[in-house]
Parts: sequence; structure tokens; C-alpha cells
Amino acid sequence: MSVQFLTYLFIGLSFALYIGIAIWSRSATTNEFYVAGSHVHPVANGAATAADWMSAASFLSMAGIIAFEGADGARYLMGWTGGYVLLALLLAPYLRKFSKFTVPDFIGDRYYSQIARLVAVVCVIFISFTYVAGQMRGVGIVFSRFLEVDINMGVIIGMAIVFFYAVLGGMKGITYTQVAQYCVLIFAYLVPAIFISLMLTGNPVPMLGFGSTMDDGSGMYLLDKLDGLTSELGMTAFTEGNKSTVDMFFITAALMAGTAGLPHVIVRFFTVPKVRDARISAGYALIFIALLYTTAPAVAAFARINIINNVDSMEYAEAPNWFTRWENSGLIAWLDKNNDGLVQYRGGAALAPTKPVYETGRGESGQRMLDNEPGAGENELYIDRDIIVLAHPEIAALPNWIVALVAAGGLAAALSTAAGLLLVMSTSISHDLLKKCLMPSINERQELMFARTAAALAVIAAGLLGIYPLGFVVQVVAFAFGLAAASFFPVILLGIFSTRMNREAAIAGMVTGLTFTFSYIVFFKFISPELNNADHWLFGISPEGIGTLGMLMNFAVSLVVMRLTPPPPREVQALVEQIRVPKKQEYHG
Amino acid sequence: MSDKNDSYWRANVVLILSLLSVWFLVSFVCGILIVDFLDQFRFFGYKLGFWFSQQGSILFFIILIFVYVWRMNRLDADHGVDEDDQA
Repeated sequence: MSVQFLTYLFIGLSFALYIGIAIWSRSATTNEFYVAGSHVHPVANGAATAADWMSAASFLSMAGIIAFEGADGARYLMGWTGGYVLLALLLAPYLRKFSKFTVPDFIGDRYYSQIARLVAVVCVIFISFTYVAGQMRGVGIVFSRFLEVDINMGVIIGMAIVFFYAVLGGMKGITYTQVAQYCVLIFAYLVPAIFISLMLTGNPVPMLGFGSTMDDGSGMYLLDKLDGLTSELGMTAFTEGNKSTVDMFFITAALMAGTAGLPHVIVRFFTVPKVRDARISAGYALIFIALLYTTAPAVAAFARINIINNVDSMEYAEAPNWFTRWENSGLIAWLDKNNDGLVQYRGGAALAPTKPVYETGRGESGQRMLDNEPGAGENELYIDRDIIVLAHPEIAALPNWIVALVAAGGLAAALSTAAGLLLVMSTSISHDLLKKCLMPSINERQELMFARTAAALAVIAAGLLGIYPLGFVVQVVAFAFGLAAASFFPVILLGIFSTRMNREAAIAGMVTGLTFTFSYIVFFKFISPELNNADHWLFGISPEGIGTLGMLMNFAVSLVVMRLTPPPPREVQALVEQIRVPKKQEYHG
Repeated sequence: MSDKNDSYWRANVVLILSLLSVWFLVSFVCGILIVDFLDQFRFFGYKLGFWFSQQGSILFFIILIFVYVWRMNRLDADHGVDEDDQA
């Protein structure tokens, strides 16, 4: 059976499953719509959190980045998992005890201030919105590559599905679809990894195959072999990094604190019944996430070996099907610098500028002609990093059903994250903005109706961003973490661990952290991109890692302002004492 | 706030700080700061520093959360603040 038929089959089956779950788990009350009635089992919540968290970036892009960056890719591996330790130890149990619906709820109540609540609402919507636009693009890419439908059609189909279960089911519907989506995406990620690990190392467990010997009779460890191959071709050895230690440190810290401060992840811990469930649930979530995150570097190493072995010194005229198909999609390019008809894959950029710009017409060997100047060095091959996960099963010549499975997995990853983000945005609007600020008199039924309307509008807005992508949105996604780290993380943390922390300090801290981080990013990314290199960065910290410095400034400003201004009212101090203890108790002021 | 709750909170903070020092050690220290030094040692097919940064730290993170859950459940029971207890 053809790849295309199987892809339709798998995607159709998985969509039918998601819709079935949505119908079965409709929400009738705001409590169910916002936090699934707080009745979710901790294991189910762990799986839902994992699917919520692992986006198109984790599933489609991460292994590709590691494949080309090697050791430097560790910042994503550690950064996007280490945050769960912070979440489990410092935030989740206390926010669960607080038992409201949203992050702005906590900030508004803890800092007895409508301004703080509004600042939080704006941050939630901004962070979630930039993030969701990336997911919708991911949906579009999967559809257009595999089903050969128009990218816009893909986005519209994706929107329709999310619309159905997010608007109808709210958090309850989303939670159970996310559990199903986790199963689909992890199966789709592990199956090809297992096959490829068996082929290369004879070890069926890809996480261990990564550290095993090659199955080619050489008895060499896979990573040594890969280091040898990469060095031979004039590339940075796979297990060596290019980034400076200080930059790695700051980026990893920003990703960790940002993860712990992301509203759509935090809200998942409001859905379990008890404080102790919130603690263990973070542990289950990390196990589910680690299954993919410990496989990703293995997939990356396997892919790099397979690409080098299959492509370097290959005659273009005999290029495999996948190579020409991705070239036709504009994600692979070959510039025959020495006119020998062979593909030389070496270190350095093949093209200048690095992204291919195609001309019409074909070269002598049948390759697409390029408008780019040749890059320095002998490298003739450009490969887009985002295609690695999708193309690898074909590169390794795995059966068609596995190729189709990966497409369904990528969609599951993108849709589950999009749904979680859309729900957080709609909750912020109907609950935090309307009910708590603008229209406190609305009743439960009206609030639920506003929540559904807001979810519907958010789906449509996200879809439009997928169809008409704004360049800046794509750029900013990577920085959502830095902004979350510099704004939410310190305020929530100090709000729990210091009874003295007050309104003035929280607002001053958030404004400082956000303004600094935002300006630094905007300066290097948009105002003076030509200065965006290590020589001009503050202390050698790239815009990707600057959120950590913003976070430290937020902490410093908060701690100083807190001492110069009056302590919070007694009932707020009592609230803090109360959320620190799991048992429900009478407190006496 | 009662003294009982005070000592519960202190024990909780001590536990968090000790677990977070391990968290810092396996990721930031072993995976980033001294990664080149550790890379001269082998751990099966990996260079040791590389292993910490790409796989090992993640395994430690999981262990840390489960140790925390286990210790906190005991701490809750010892201090009589378990949410199942009746006041």
C-alpha cells in the first residue's frame, strides 16, 4: 500500500478517536471546562501534561537540531526536562492547594491587585499566542508534505478538529484527547527509532543503542564512529560543542525556569484531586516526556550517520526518491561546486546566504538550479533541520506504514499542544478578564458561554496565523520561554516562599524582568540583527538565554522593593501559610 | 501559624534545597560547567560529560521528583498535615 494511502488511514483513524473522546467527555460546568472538575487521575494527568508540553518543536524539530548541532543540542534536552523538577518541588503542589483555575487567579489574589492580574492576563495571552501559531504551522507542514494538500487546507482541517474538542469539551475533553494523543505520538516516535537502532547497533532499545557498538563488524562504539565520520568530513565532532559555556548555562536555565512558568503547563496541575496527586503527577509527566527526550539524541545520532553514509559521495543522478522529493519541497539543496556530479557533504555552509533560493530550470545532473553564491569550503549540501524526523524513516528505507505513522504522530504532538494553549487563552479571557475584572455579575452559564466563544475565536485567530504567518511570530516563539522565566517564575516562587513578598515588589519585578528581556531580544533580533553575535552580547549571553538574566533582575528588584514597602495584608499572609500545608484547616489570622 | 506547621515548613525547605543541589550538580555542573573535564572518562559507549548532558541528567531529574514525593508524603504524615486526616 502506498505511503499516501496509509497516511490518510492513520490520520483518519486518530482523528476519529479524538472526536469520539470529545463527544464522550463534554463539559457542562465552568469547573469542568476550566480544570476538568479536578477529577483527573495523576497518571492520566501525567500523560496529558506530556502531550500538552511536547509540541511540534519537540516531535519534529528537536532531533533534527541535535543531529546537526551534536553536543550543543543538550540545552534543549536538559532545559525542557529540568523545568519539571522546579515545577514539582517549587510550584505545582502549592498552586494545587490554592485551588483556583488560572495563573492570573493566583497572581491577582496573592498580590491583592487587579493591575497585577491584568499584567498576568496579558502575559498569558502573549506567550500562548506566539506559541500556538508555531503549532498551526507544524500541522500545515505535515499535511502538505505527506498528503500533498495545500498548506492552508491542512491548517483548516487542523483548526476544525481542535475547534471540535476544545470548544465542546473544554479542559475535560482536552485532557482525555491528550492522553490518546500522547499514546499516538510516543508510539510514532519510538517505532522508527527501534527499527533504526536494530539496523545500526542490533540493540532494540534506542536509548541504549545510542551507547552501543556498531553492528557492522567493526566493534566500534556508535558515537566514536560518528565522531570519526564528522571529523573526517571537516565538521565539528558530534560530541563536541560550539557554544560557549556561559551561553549554554544561561540558555539552559532560561528554558528550565520558562518551562516551570508556562501557564498551559501549570494549569494542568489544577486538574488533579489532591496536593499529593499534583506532586506525583509531575513525576509521571516527566517519565512520559523522558521516553521521548532520551530517544531524541539517539535518533539524532542515527540520522547523522545514515545521512553521511547514504548521501556523501553519492551520484546525484542516482539519488534516492526521498532526496529529490525534499529537494522539490525546497528543504534540500545541492550545489555542484566542482562539477563532478557527486554530492560532497562536508563541514561549513554550502550556500551563501545559507537558505536556498531556487531558480527555474535544472542543472546538468538534474538538480534544481540555485541563485545562491557558493559558500566557503567544499560542502555542497544543504539540509533543513526540520525534515530529519519526518525523512529519517525513508532515509533508512523503513516500510511505508512507519513513514505514515510518523505523520500521524507529528499531528498528535502539534494538535495536543495547540488545544492546551487555546484553552488557557480562553480561560484567561472569560474567567480572569470578564468574570474577575470587567463583568463580575455574570452567572455560571454566561461565563461558560463566554469561555466557549473565546475558545472559538482563539482557534480562528490561531488558524489565521498559520495561514498568514507573521515573520516575527515565528522568531518570538523561541523566546516565549525567556519571557515566561523573566516574568512569572520569580513572582509565583516568591509568592509561595516569602510571606513578606508584596504587591509593589511583584509589579516592579515583573516590569523589570519583562522590559529588560523583551528589549534585549527586540534589539538583537529586529533593530540591529547585524550585531547579533558573541562580541556584542552582554556577558556573552545570546538573546535565547537572556531570560535568565531578566529573571535574576526580577528577583533582585523584588527583594529590594519588598523591604522598602509595607508588608501584605494579614489575610494574604494567612493565604500563603495555608497553601504551604496540604491539609485543609481553619486558620485564625 | 502553629509551631507544628513551622517545623513542617522548615523540613520541607531543607528537603527542597538538598534535592535542588543534586539537580544543579547533574545538569549545570556535570552537563555544562565541567563537561569537557568529564569527557576524558568513559561511561560504556559514551564520554561521561556528554552522557550527563544528553541522557543522564534526565534520569536524575525523574529520580529527584520521586524521592521528593516519597519524602513529602512521609513528612505530611509525621506532622499530621496529610490532607486525608480529619482535623
